[in-house]
Amino acid sequence: MYQYDEFDRAFIAERNRQFRAQVDRRIDGSLTEEEFRPLRLMNGLYLQLHAYMLRVAIPYGTLNSAQLRQLAMIATRWDKGYGHFTTRQNIQYNWPRLTDVPDILDALAEVGLHAIQTSGNTIRNVTSDQFAAAAADEIEDPRPYAELIRQWSTDHPEFQFLPRKFKIAITGSPNDRAVTKAHDIGLRMVRQNGETGFEVIVGGGLGRTPMIGKVIRDFVPVADLLPYLEAIVGTYNLLGRRDNKYKARIKITVHENGLEKVRDLVEAQFRKIAPQFDAGATAQHLAQLKQQFAAPDLPPRDDQRYHDARRIDGVFRAWADTNLHPHRAAGYSIVTISLKPHGGTPGDATDAQMTLIADLADRYALGEIRVSHEQNLVLPHVALDDLPALHQALRAAGLATANVGLASDIIACPGMDYCALATARSIPVAQEIAQHVDALKLEHDIGPLKIKISGCINACGHHHVGHIGILGLDRAGVENYQITLGGDGSEDAVIGTRTGPGFAYDQIVPAVERILRAYLDLRRDRSETFLQAYRRLGADPFKAALYHTEQEDAA
Amino acid sequence: MTQATPVKVVTANSLIEGDVVWLAKDGSWTDSLQSANAFTDKADAQTALEQANLRQNEVVGCYLADMRLGPTGLEPAHFREDFRRRGPSNYAHGKQSQG
Repeated sequence: MYQYDEFDRAFIAERNRQFRAQVDRRIDGSLTEEEFRPLRLMNGLYLQLHAYMLRVAIPYGTLNSAQLRQLAMIATRWDKGYGHFTTRQNIQYNWPRLTDVPDILDALAEVGLHAIQTSGNTIRNVTSDQFAAAAADEIEDPRPYAELIRQWSTDHPEFQFLPRKFKIAITGSPNDRAVTKAHDIGLRMVRQNGETGFEVIVGGGLGRTPMIGKVIRDFVPVADLLPYLEAIVGTYNLLGRRDNKYKARIKITVHENGLEKVRDLVEAQFRKIAPQFDAGATAQHLAQLKQQFAAPDLPPRDDQRYHDARRIDGVFRAWADTNLHPHRAAGYSIVTISLKPHGGTPGDATDAQMTLIADLADRYALGEIRVSHEQNLVLPHVALDDLPALHQALRAAGLATANVGLASDIIACPGMDYCALATARSIPVAQEIAQHVDALKLEHDIGPLKIKISGCINACGHHHVGHIGILGLDRAGVENYQITLGGDGSEDAVIGTRTGPGFAYDQIVPAVERILRAYLDLRRDRSETFLQAYRRLGADPFKAALYHTEQEDAA
Repeated sequence: MTQATPVKVVTANSLIEGDVVWLAKDGSWTDSLQSANAFTDKADAQTALEQANLRQNEVVGCYLADMRLGPTGLEPAHFREDFRRRGPSNYAHGKQSQG
């Protein structure tokens, strides 16, 4: 993985030194909050409902064990003993003191991490497939390109004051695990005539105006990637609606101007600026980055213990059935560690759990960990024969919940329990749904299902692309929850359809149960997933189950 | 049945900790809602807010929050202020941990 060089270290050290001085000046009164706020946001520091929140970037979701241990140390020393992994592969600390933040940033820098551009109207942390360089279905590891984009976008002088925040996701696999179609720019690696390049998708996004991105160019060669991105962001920087923050994202720019006009402007800008880029130097740098991300040596391993464990241990088999993913190397697997224990807070890991996972990564996974946009952690390279021992260690720490991809593997934003923007809570709704489906012993019968919950219209919980999406709102001073059905964040991305009136806080879990039971009644057989059944049947039978029963209950 | 009286309190977050605080009768910042100064007069509340806004070295983001003054004291008029009063639902990490 990428290692900071001397330039990176000096750059981060200088940024941290500047921020320490800014904090000092805020406290001694030299800076007002109005002056300080944009400075703290440039370093990932928000003020939330109960405390400050520091958002730390985990570029393309890749961590080494030393970094995860340091994240655990920060949680112990400066926070309340846990961290929250987010849908953009960041980690958030919910309780830091303002005066401790410069020390936290220095501690992050010691292991090559930072909080730069995790906030503000700039290009945010580049996200990617959590299975990069391990997945059997991958064309190529997208992370060297993600790192190239990170270096290009960090402190890019033209893009520090964009009309709004700007999010880029990249995948090297045709099976999209990075939700590329719901990003300002989505990059999907493709091959044309033996050459690697990118399908470039623009103008996707969720929030109050959810849109699926559109293909602006079906093939951009690797050599043109940076100038093409610069042309898109530069065009957006000029066209974007600074007069109205709700219309400022590039999805609105594309919608209002039309894809053809935006494409024409981007192509013209690309032709103008491409010669200014040194393609040779970029290629050389990319080659160096690829060396840093070189595929690990995975020697052949026996897999007898894995097969024995599957045969004799039902708990292991259930976990293996849900939490493993095919690896490109024979005899190896990708392991997703669920951060969704039934009744737990989605995406939270304690300091002890983070330290344990770092240790297990060293022992079983070449010291590498990934963060998924679905708020889980991943060990990307584990020998099948090590899985029984790994499972035992995870189980002892409460980290072996066998629910990845199932009903209780819920994405939930922090909601009104933490977020100053939220209009209702998300976390307790996720906790109660997870506990309920576990108590009913339904989720393994239901099979693959993505439930996503947002506590406000900004849709940080990706509810629009949940198979079942839940949006928490404030209706006349009371929490109320709208349901959408049929959303999909995959390569076939679709925005879900709202079912009808929302549900009170104490009615949302029974409402979800009615949808699940309707699916179990309606599906052709166990092989038909919830999403397939919804696409076959449409919304009506699910709406009938949702609202008819409610009317009967009220009668 | 006695109606709870609508009142306003000045609230903010403390500059260093980020904690939710309320303006008390003695002009200090308190972490207990029940110690907050409850304004029944809108003009008095507005004046208190303007003065509080000048204390930038102590707090961030002052505003007037709607409350009700009932038999048991101050109660938030909106659930957002209730969460600010007690802390998050999922952990006893906020004011609920202080008893």
